[in-house]
Amino acid sequence: MNNSPLLQIDRISIGFRASTGQILPVLRDVSLQLSRGQSLGIVGESGSGKSTVVLAAMGFLKHGLQLISGSVSFDGNNMFELSGKELEKLRGGKIALIPQNSGQSLTPSLKIGTQLTEVLKLHTGLSNDQYMDRIIELLGLVRLPDPEAIAKRYPHELSGGQQQRAAIAMALAGDADVLLLDEPTTGLDVTTQAHILELLRDLSIERNMAMAYVSHDLGAIARVCDNVMVMYAGEAILEGSTRQVLTSPFHPYARGLLASIPKLNDPRLPVALDGRPPAPGLAGEGCAFVSRCAIASDRCHREHPEMQATPGGTLRCHHYKDSERISITGTGAQPARAQATDQMSLVLDSLSISYHIPSFFDSLFGAKQEIPNTVDDISVKVTKGETLGLVGESGSGKSTILKTVAGLLPLRSGSVKTGDGKELPPRVEHRESRQLQSIQLIFQNPDESLNPRHTVAQILGQPLGLYFGLRGKEGEARSIEILRRVRLGGHYMDRLPSQLSGGEKQRVAIARAFAANPELVLCDEITSALDVSVQAAVIDLLNELKKEHGTNFIFVSHDLAVVRALSDRVAVLYQGRLCEIGPSDQVYALPSHPYTEVLLGAVLEPDPDVAPKLLAEDVVELSPPARGCPFQRRCPRRLGSVCDNQEPPWQQSEDRHFIRCHIPIEELHGAQVEDAA
Amino acid sequence: MADQAVNPARTASSMRWLIVLKDIWARPSGAIGLSIVTFHILLAVLSPLITPYDYREIDAFNILSGPSAAHWFGTDDLGRDIFSRMMLGGREALIVTGIATPIAVLWGGFVGILFGLIGGRIDEFLMRIVDAFLSLPWILKMLVLIVTFGSGNAVLIPTLAFFYGIPVIRIARAATHDVVARDFVSAAKARGHPRFSIISRELLPNVMDTLMVEGAMRWSWMLLAFSSLSFLGFGVSPPTPDWGLMIKETRAYLTFAPWGALGPVILLSSLIIGINLTADGLAKALGIDRAQKAPV
Amino acid sequence: MLRLLARRLALGVLTVILVSVIIFAGVEVLPGDACTAYLERDAEGPILEACQERLGLDRPAYIRYFEWIGAAVSGDLGMSVGGNQSVAELVGDRLANSLILAAAAIVTGVPLAIFLGAVTGLWRDRPIDLVVSTTAIFAMTVPEFVTATVLILIFSVWLGLLPGIVLTPPDAPVAEFFPEILLPVIVLAMVMTAHILRMVRSSVISVMSGEYVQMAVLKGVPYWQIVFRHAIPNALLPAINVVALTIAWLLGGVVVIEVVFNYPGLGRMMVDSIADQDLPTVQAIALIVATVYVGVNLAADILTMFANPRLRTQLMR
Repeated sequence: MNNSPLLQIDRISIGFRASTGQILPVLRDVSLQLSRGQSLGIVGESGSGKSTVVLAAMGFLKHGLQLISGSVSFDGNNMFELSGKELEKLRGGKIALIPQNSGQSLTPSLKIGTQLTEVLKLHTGLSNDQYMDRIIELLGLVRLPDPEAIAKRYPHELSGGQQQRAAIAMALAGDADVLLLDEPTTGLDVTTQAHILELLRDLSIERNMAMAYVSHDLGAIARVCDNVMVMYAGEAILEGSTRQVLTSPFHPYARGLLASIPKLNDPRLPVALDGRPPAPGLAGEGCAFVSRCAIASDRCHREHPEMQATPGGTLRCHHYKDSERISITGTGAQPARAQATDQMSLVLDSLSISYHIPSFFDSLFGAKQEIPNTVDDISVKVTKGETLGLVGESGSGKSTILKTVAGLLPLRSGSVKTGDGKELPPRVEHRESRQLQSIQLIFQNPDESLNPRHTVAQILGQPLGLYFGLRGKEGEARSIEILRRVRLGGHYMDRLPSQLSGGEKQRVAIARAFAANPELVLCDEITSALDVSVQAAVIDLLNELKKEHGTNFIFVSHDLAVVRALSDRVAVLYQGRLCEIGPSDQVYALPSHPYTEVLLGAVLEPDPDVAPKLLAEDVVELSPPARGCPFQRRCPRRLGSVCDNQEPPWQQSEDRHFIRCHIPIEELHGAQVEDAA
Repeated sequence: MADQAVNPARTASSMRWLIVLKDIWARPSGAIGLSIVTFHILLAVLSPLITPYDYREIDAFNILSGPSAAHWFGTDDLGRDIFSRMMLGGREALIVTGIATPIAVLWGGFVGILFGLIGGRIDEFLMRIVDAFLSLPWILKMLVLIVTFGSGNAVLIPTLAFFYGIPVIRIARAATHDVVARDFVSAAKARGHPRFSIISRELLPNVMDTLMVEGAMRWSWMLLAFSSLSFLGFGVSPPTPDWGLMIKETRAYLTFAPWGALGPVILLSSLIIGINLTADGLAKALGIDRAQKAPV
Repeated sequence: MLRLLARRLALGVLTVILVSVIIFAGVEVLPGDACTAYLERDAEGPILEACQERLGLDRPAYIRYFEWIGAAVSGDLGMSVGGNQSVAELVGDRLANSLILAAAAIVTGVPLAIFLGAVTGLWRDRPIDLVVSTTAIFAMTVPEFVTATVLILIFSVWLGLLPGIVLTPPDAPVAEFFPEILLPVIVLAMVMTAHILRMVRSSVISVMSGEYVQMAVLKGVPYWQIVFRHAIPNALLPAINVVALTIAWLLGGVVVIEVVFNYPGLGRMMVDSIADQDLPTVQAIALIVATVYVGVNLAADILTMFANPRLRTQLMR
C-alpha cells in the first residue's frame, strides 16, 4: 500500500463574517489524512462542520464562507491556491463528490446520459464513440437495471435510490482516486440505504480508492469505514479506528453520542445528551463540550484541550482516562410498558383510504380502471395505556392512517371507534369537543406545525382555551406548568418558534398536544428531523409522559429501533396493508413476516461486527398490486402464483402475534432460523 | 377577549412591525424609498401653507416665462406659477390612491382568501372570472366608467379600488393555498378549532405579509394609473393642479418651454420610485420574493 | 397528453367566453346605448324608440348577446356608431399597427431582458448589476407617458434625431412608419425589458445558488458551461409564464404610448371610441384585446409544457 497520503488537510479553519464584522469560525483547526485504500468516516451532529470539511477538501467553500488558516493538499496540489482551470481538472476527476440529496443535485433539465457524457468529456480521454459504452458500463457498475434506458431518462424519472446510484456513477466516471461522500444515504429508505452502502463498500475495495464518508449515522459509518473522526462544534475531537470509536471511545462526547442511539437489540431507552453545542464564535476559551460533559473540571473551562495521541486514538480531552465513567449503554431506563387489559382505547375496523379522486375529465372520458386503495383493510385494536408502533418504508401509508384517525383525511370504508365503542365521525368538523380533546396529533416537522407568527404562550393557549376555557392568568399558569413538564421553563413563553432550536420546537409541539390532556396521542415521525442526542431526549420525554399519565400513543416511524424503544405493540405496514402485528419483543424476534425480515435485516447497527442482510431488491413500488399479497413483487420467500392471486391469511404465531402470509408459520420460522444460523 | 391587552402576542406583533421598519431602513434603497415617501406625504400635507402663489393666480405679463427669482420653475401658458402648482400637484393623487389602495387590498384580500378556502371546482371557476377581468386592459375598464359617470373623486376612488382589488384576489388566493397546506393549519383543524378562529389566528397573520407587500405595489400602480388618466385628460379636471395633467398641458409647447415639464416629471417619478423602493425593502424584510411575480 | 392540452385549451376558451359576457353585460349595465350616443340630444320618445327598433335594441339582452358573439366569431364585429362603417374594417389596420409596435418591442425587449437578467444575476451586487437594476427600477416604475415625454424632449426637441410624433395615416404600409415608430418601440421595450429582467435576474440567482449548480462546480464543469447548460435553461423555464403574463399586461400600457406619440393603433382608437361612446367599437376592441391576452398566456402554458421535462413526463402518463 502506498503510504504517502493522497489527501492531506492541515489545520484548516473556516469562518464567515458576522453582521458585527467579526469572523466567526465554523471549522477550527481540523486536520486529516487519507491514503489510497483507506476509508475515513466523519461523524457529527448538525452544525458540527462535517460537510464543510469535505467540501474544503475539494477547495470549495459555500457562499459566505472564507478560509481563515490552514491548507488542503491533494496529490501534491494546494487546493486553495490552484487556478480555476486547475481546480476544474481535478474536481470530478481525481477527486469526486457524491452529494447528499441527488434528487436536488442532478440538473433537472439534462438526461442522466448527457450528464455522464459531460463528466466523461471533461475528465477522460475517451473518444466520442466510446462514451455510450462507458456510460452503460458505469450505470451497470452501480447496479442500475437496464442502463440503456436509465441513460435516456431525466433525473426526476428515477426513484431516490436510483438517483443516488446515478450520482455515484457520475463520481466514478472520472476515475476518482479520492471519493468524498456527503451523507449519501440520508433520506433513503432503510433497505435502499443498506444496498447503496454495500455498493460503496464493494467499490472502495475493488478500486482501491480513498474515501471520506460524512454522516450523522454511526450505523452507516460502521459499514463502510476503517477509521472514524468525530466532530463537535467545528472541531475534530476524536479520531481512531472504527472498532475503537464505536465500541469503547475515550472521549466523553463520543460516549454520550453512542449512548443516545436507540439500538435494535436493546429494548432499553437511549440516554439523552442534554444541552446543545455552542454557536460559532461562542465556544469560549475552554473545551467546546464542557457545558454538556459529565466529567468536566475547572481546567476544562479554562484550558482548550489539544489533540493528543492516546491508546484509544487521537482525541481532545483533558480527562480521557476518566471517560469510562460515562456509560455508553446500560444507564438507559427501562421503557414504560402498558398493563395488559381488555379495555379498548381505539379500534380501527377494516379501515380503507383512497387518495384517488376521479377528476372531471376522468368521468367525462369514462376512464374506469379499478385503482387499489392507498390504505386497505386495516383492523387494529389499541388497548388502554398501550403504545402502538407503526413501521414501514415511505409509501407504506403509516402517516395516512394517523391523519385519518385525526379526521384530516376522508376514509373510504370501515370505521374508527373510541374505547367506549362509539364510532368517531370520519371528519374532524363533525366530532364532539370531548372526542377532539381526547385525540391529539404531533407532526414530523415542528417548523411546519408551529405557526411562525405565534409565541409559545399563544401556541399553548390554543388548546387550553378551546378545551378548558383557560385564558389569561389561569391559562398562563397552566402553560408554564406544561412547559416545565416538557423540561422547558416559563421563560420560553414569549419566544417565537424561530427563536428555538429544533429539539425545543418539537417539545413545544409535544407540550401543545399534552395541554389538551389527551387519551391518545398520534405521533407522526416526530423524531426524524432531530439529531440523535436530541431524539433521545424526546424519546425519554414521551416515555415519562406515558408513565405519568398512562397516555396511549400511536407512534409512526421508519426507524425500527426508535419504534422498539417506545412501543408495546408494533404493526408492520407495506403498501398500505398490514403484514404483521404483535407485542414488540415478538415482532422483533422470529418468526417474522418476510417483509419484516427484510426491514430488520437492512437496519444498520453502530457495530462493525454486525452486517446487514440484504434479502430483497430495493425496488420502489408506486402502487400496491391489485390482487394477492402486497409484498409479492419483492418477497424473498415467494411461493408462487398463490401469492399473486390470493390474499394471504392471518396466522397466529403466539398469543397476540399475527403474521399475514401464505407460508405456514412453522415453515416460515424454520426457514428463518436456518438462514440466521 | 379581555386578556388580549396583556397578551404578549400583541406586543410581539407591534414589535415585529417596528423591526420590519428598521430592516427596511437598514438597506440603502429602502432608506431612500422611505425618505422619498415621507417627503411626499409631508409635502402634500403642508403645501397649501407654503406655496409662494395661489395655484389659480394668473400673472398675465409672465406667460410661459422661464425660471426666474419670482417664478423658480417659470410660469405656464396661463401665467400661473409652476412651482406652486408642482408642490400641490400630488395632493389629489395621494388622496385618491391613499383611500383606494386600502379598500382594494381589503376587498381583494378578503375575496381571495375566501376563494382560497373554498377551493375545488367552484374556486377554479371563480378564478376564470377573475382571469377574464384581468384580460381586459385597466385603461379600458377605467375609461368606460369615467366617461359614463364623470371623473370626480366619487367615481375615481371606487373605480380604482374595484379594479385594483381584482389582481389582489389572485395573490391572496395563492398565499392562502400556501398557508392552508401547512401543518400548523392541519394541527388547528385536528384540534377542532372553529373555522373562524383558524382563519383569524392561523391564516390571516401569515397571509398579511403578502398583502402588505401587495398593498404597497398596488399603491404605486394606482398612482401610475391615476396620473395616466389625468395625462389622457380623463382624470383631474383643470384648474386643479396635478402632475399628470401638467405634463399633458406642457406638451403643447414642449419645443419652446420645456422647463414646465421638468418639475412634475421629477416629482411624479420620484414618488412612484420611492413607493417601489419601499415595497422592495418591505418584501425583502418579510422574506417575500417580489421579482418572481408577474405584475398582474 | 392530448387530454391536458385539451383541458388547458378549454379553460382558455371558457375565459374568453366569460370576458365576452363581462363586456356585453358591462355595456348593458351602463346608462345609454348606441341610439342615445348616435342621436345625442334627440334621444327621446318615438325617435329613440324607432332607432332602437331599427337596431334591434328592444329585444331581450341574451338574444342580442348571442347574435353579437355569433357574428363576432364569424368576423363580423358590427357597425360603428358614427361613420356607418363596419367595425371590422376600422379595427383591421389599427390592430395590425398595434401588433407591429408590440412585436417590435417584444423582439428587441425580451432577448435583451434575458441577457441583462442573466448578466445582473451572475454578477449580482457588482457595479454592472447596480447600474442595470437601478435603471430597470426607473424604467418600470416611471409612467410611460413620463418616459415618453422625456425621450421626446431629448431625442426630438433637443437632439432633433427622431420624430416625436407619428403623422402617418393608419392604413399606410409598414415601411412608412419608419422612423416614427422608433420612439414608441423604445418606450414600450424599455418597460418590458425592465419587468422581465428583474424576474430573470431573481430566477438566475436562485438557480445559481442551487444544489445542482454547486454539484456541477464540484464535477469540474467550467463556469460558462455551467451557466449555459445547467443554469440558464432551468432559470428560464419558470420564467416563461411570468414573461407572458407581463407582456400581456403591458399591452394594456400600449394605449398610453399610442396616445402620446399619436400612433394610429388599436389603443388610441379605443380611447377615441370610448370618448365618443362608440359602444360597438369599444366592445369589439375589448374582445380582441382580451383574446390576445388569453392567447399569449395559453401559448406560454403550452410552451412550458413542452420545454419542461418534468411537466412533459406528467403529460405522457
